[in-house]
Amino acid sequence: MKYALFLGCTVPVRGMNYEIAARKVAERIGLHLVDVDEFTCCGFPVKAVDVETSFLMAARNLALAENRGLDICTLCSACTSTLTEVNKVLKEDEELREIINEKLGNIRYNGNIEVKHFSRILYEDLGICELKNFIVEPLEGFRFAPHYGCHYLKPSEVYEEFDNPEAPVSLDELIMVTGAESVDYTTLKNCCGGGILGIDENVALKMSAKKLMELKDKGIDGLISICPFCSIMYEGNQKKIEKMENAEIGIPVFYYPQILGLALGIPPDELGFKLNRVKPKAFLEKLGA
Amino acid sequence: MAISLTKLDPNFKFQVASTPGGENITRCFACGTCSAGCPVREIDERYNPRKIIHMVLLGMKDEVLKSDFIWLCTSCYTCSERCPQDVGITDLMTALKNIAVQEGYVHPSYIEQIKALSSFDGLYEIADFDNKKREKFGLPKIQRKGEVLKEIMDRTGISRLAGGEK
Ligand code: SF4
Ligand code: SF4
Repeated sequence: MKYALFLGCTVPVRGMNYEIAARKVAERIGLHLVDVDEFTCCGFPVKAVDVETSFLMAARNLALAENRGLDICTLCSACTSTLTEVNKVLKEDEELREIINEKLGNIRYNGNIEVKHFSRILYEDLGICELKNFIVEPLEGFRFAPHYGCHYLKPSEVYEEFDNPEAPVSLDELIMVTGAESVDYTTLKNCCGGGILGIDENVALKMSAKKLMELKDKGIDGLISICPFCSIMYEGNQKKIEKMENAEIGIPVFYYPQILGLALGIPPDELGFKLNRVKPKAFLEKLGA
Repeated sequence: MAISLTKLDPNFKFQVASTPGGENITRCFACGTCSAGCPVREIDERYNPRKIIHMVLLGMKDEVLKSDFIWLCTSCYTCSERCPQDVGITDLMTALKNIAVQEGYVHPSYIEQIKALSSFDGLYEIADFDNKKREKFGLPKIQRKGEVLKEIMDRTGISRLAGGEK
């Protein structure tokens, strides 16, 4: 397994714990991640302004990976959906591909690579059975709530239906393979609201509050995120939400590779827990770390 | 809101239908499935995707393009997944935003993002401070020059929104 690691904008600055843990986990399970210095923003932020510009940005990133003969591994779900969608369209529509290549000028994309989210690689390329063989410190007695977010699975037509957005299982299974329990809850499929944080903070925070307010009484050890935007909403903004709702929430939010890393036997201090904003003190104590 | 007949633009729905993402708008039969599942509507009643579609079909161009609501869609795709007519509402909302930009209504938060992308090739600057922190945690240094995306945005003309060239 060899992929070009696409970090995007948010992870390398505001989600270093995600990156740290993902790289460590990759090393353990034999997933070779290659850094490509020339990658830029995926193109997602300008989609609302001009779809063509976002296509050009995405296509350039796809071409950089293709030139190295590599598929792309993403960490952020917004990058995942943008790159996956543009990839699918450019593979299927040769005419548009030529137009885009023409506009790119100095680099061209031929439609020969795949784009996959880190979690999807674990789930599909490695598989739950294989992953199980790597587990040495099962997280027995821990209970986590999965947060799939929107763009990891939707729009479903670009994801070859590797999971069902209306009844998803992949992240639940990835949590369960660590030995922990994956907790079911009503607001499982809720959107974090991150996409409109800059448009209307109040509405965005109210959206993320719904999930946190349900989860606060569920006795969970943490909410499991696979996207830096979702983490910013549920973790970075949790204090604001507590104030808005006039309630104590105190739910740690972990990136999936952080808990998988623990189950793989990677010491907690190598998994970036120091950078988690809601301090996971109780969690680390329970772990005996 | 009262509809002023004199201001209706019967061509608006064709303009939308010929914009990438808006192709399927005329398929809508107003069932309301999109609005029922919309998480933004759950918080703010004023935001209602079915109503926006209806306004487009009626030709209420100014009201749609000037409204704050089109910017409130989070692109969660819940509606797109459930629409029985495959209208593709999320992409339709994107198309409406693209048209609004062409007609001069761009939400200020996007201007900030375009500025950042032109300067840093990403939404955030990766300063020396960040790279020091990255080094401390054993992560490779990242050097983005901030030239690539500016050039692309100059070419497509969206740099002008941030007061750049063209
Ligand atoms: S779900 Fe589809 S058909 Fe129904 S109102 Fe919404 S856009 Fe129209
Ligand atoms: S994509 Fe936009 S309109 Fe559709 S359900 Fe989500 S927020 Fe509502």
